[in-house]
Amino acid sequence: MLSRQADVPIGQDPSVRFLPWLVAFMVYLAALALTCAMAMQKVVERWDQGLAGRLTVQVPPPASGDPDLAAQQIDQVIDALADISGVRSVELLNQDDIADLLKPWLGETVMQQDLPLPTLIAVALDETMPPEREAIAARLAGIAPDIVVDDHQRWLGRLLDLARTIETIAALIVVAVMASAVITIIFVTRTGLAIHNQVIDLLHLIGAQDSYVARQFENHALLLGLRGGVIGLLLAVLTVLLIGYLLERSQSGILPALALSFWEWLILISLPLVTAAIAMVTARFTVLHNLSRVP
Amino acid sequence: MVRFEDVVLRYGAGPAILREVSFGLDPGSFHFVVGPSGAGKSSLLKLMYLALRSAEGRISLFGRDVATLTRKEVALLRRRIGVVFQDFRLLPHLTALENVALPLRVAGQPESKINSHVSELLSWVGLADHLHALPPTLSGGQQQRVAIARAVIGRPSLLIADEPTGNVDDVIAVRLLYLFEELNKLGTTVVIATHNDGLVKRFTHPVLRLNNSTVEIGIQEFFDDPEEDPEEPPLGPFEAEGGVA
Repeated sequence: MLSRQADVPIGQDPSVRFLPWLVAFMVYLAALALTCAMAMQKVVERWDQGLAGRLTVQVPPPASGDPDLAAQQIDQVIDALADISGVRSVELLNQDDIADLLKPWLGETVMQQDLPLPTLIAVALDETMPPEREAIAARLAGIAPDIVVDDHQRWLGRLLDLARTIETIAALIVVAVMASAVITIIFVTRTGLAIHNQVIDLLHLIGAQDSYVARQFENHALLLGLRGGVIGLLLAVLTVLLIGYLLERSQSGILPALALSFWEWLILISLPLVTAAIAMVTARFTVLHNLSRVP
Repeated sequence: MVRFEDVVLRYGAGPAILREVSFGLDPGSFHFVVGPSGAGKSSLLKLMYLALRSAEGRISLFGRDVATLTRKEVALLRRRIGVVFQDFRLLPHLTALENVALPLRVAGQPESKINSHVSELLSWVGLADHLHALPPTLSGGQQQRVAIARAVIGRPSLLIADEPTGNVDDVIAVRLLYLFEELNKLGTTVVIATHNDGLVKRFTHPVLRLNNSTVEIGIQEFFDDPEEDPEEPPLGPFEAEGGVA
């Protein structure tokens, strides 16, 4: 059988030897950026879903420090909340719950520090007819003036802004990486056309159409893109797994666990294929465009 | 098959290499192209296999005006032309087998068919033991035979050979000429540029003689007299059509 040696020996060019590693680096960056964007989106979704239809009412201890007055105020707040239309449930968080919430920020000894912590009341709302936060705050202000009704929107809004910014930056990185790949392939293909001018001339003289010559370059670009893409993806997966392991080991509660779904892994795995396809199409159009200008 | 009408060829702004060349080659004809070095034999052949474009005049191949052809049509037309280049132009990274297979591959022939045809032809030209040799490892004569095999593998309608016997001994040269004659008998129009007067005399085909940038057509014996004034050749410049083949 005839071997499948390429008619145009593009693979032997010095200019393409570094290319798989360049593609690998680009895919590595793109994979990390995508992972970051997907992880951020997942965190935001989790927090957004977790906080939807929920309020937290903070009842600060009275200035006098009177425990009976504090207990009385809390009872009044709970009763008032239960009376409001659209409130589904009211739950008073105990000291252990509050300690768990504060541990990531203030450490294990938070409850031994004798801090004037507010009492927290978790309120679940009917999401179809939720009452206005301002109306609840006005109702509770009569019980104690310093009561805070927090629907988390301000904090969540900032988080969403941050997440969107990170996602945009990640998307820009992916676009920049792909654009760099396209420019690199165009440059290398043009160099290849110049180096192998005589071979291409011969192919034309024996009847090759431009598409035949283009196929030589696109096949090479496809293999090169796949090879570099797979290397980059493997390195990126190792990095993602390492970061996931470090996050899990930290058990801080502040940083979310880095767990990707099946579809998200599929998107990552498709990166080398997409890169190879882009390289192939770029090489093809570069060759056809350049040859069409040859008389 | 091939028709030149008042063709002028010059490189850039330089002097005319060919001036008002007119002739026609009928289908199935066999012609030698002779002339002193630098007379423009290779340039004439390059015009025939569409490697060059004329500055003036009209060239028709297979009944088509080459100036009006699209890139795709040029490619398809070239597949009907087999060319043996003076410098062989073998691809050094491909084996003899792969080099000869190129025209078939380019034409989209199936690999199984290519393999058997190419092996058979290379055996016929005496290179059965060198199927997988790379051109740089072959002698000049062997490379030339690979180049000839590549030119004829596609059974072209027009075979153009530029000094195809320049690097082989007389025995091989005669054998190659017989191969060209066999192709000619099968209907291939053959044009061979050569310095080998012995071959031209032996095979007695019409001759296109290049002199002073023009082309004359006749048979070799009319051009044999070295004392003859090249400005006034016996047959005169063959500028009219017909009369050939």
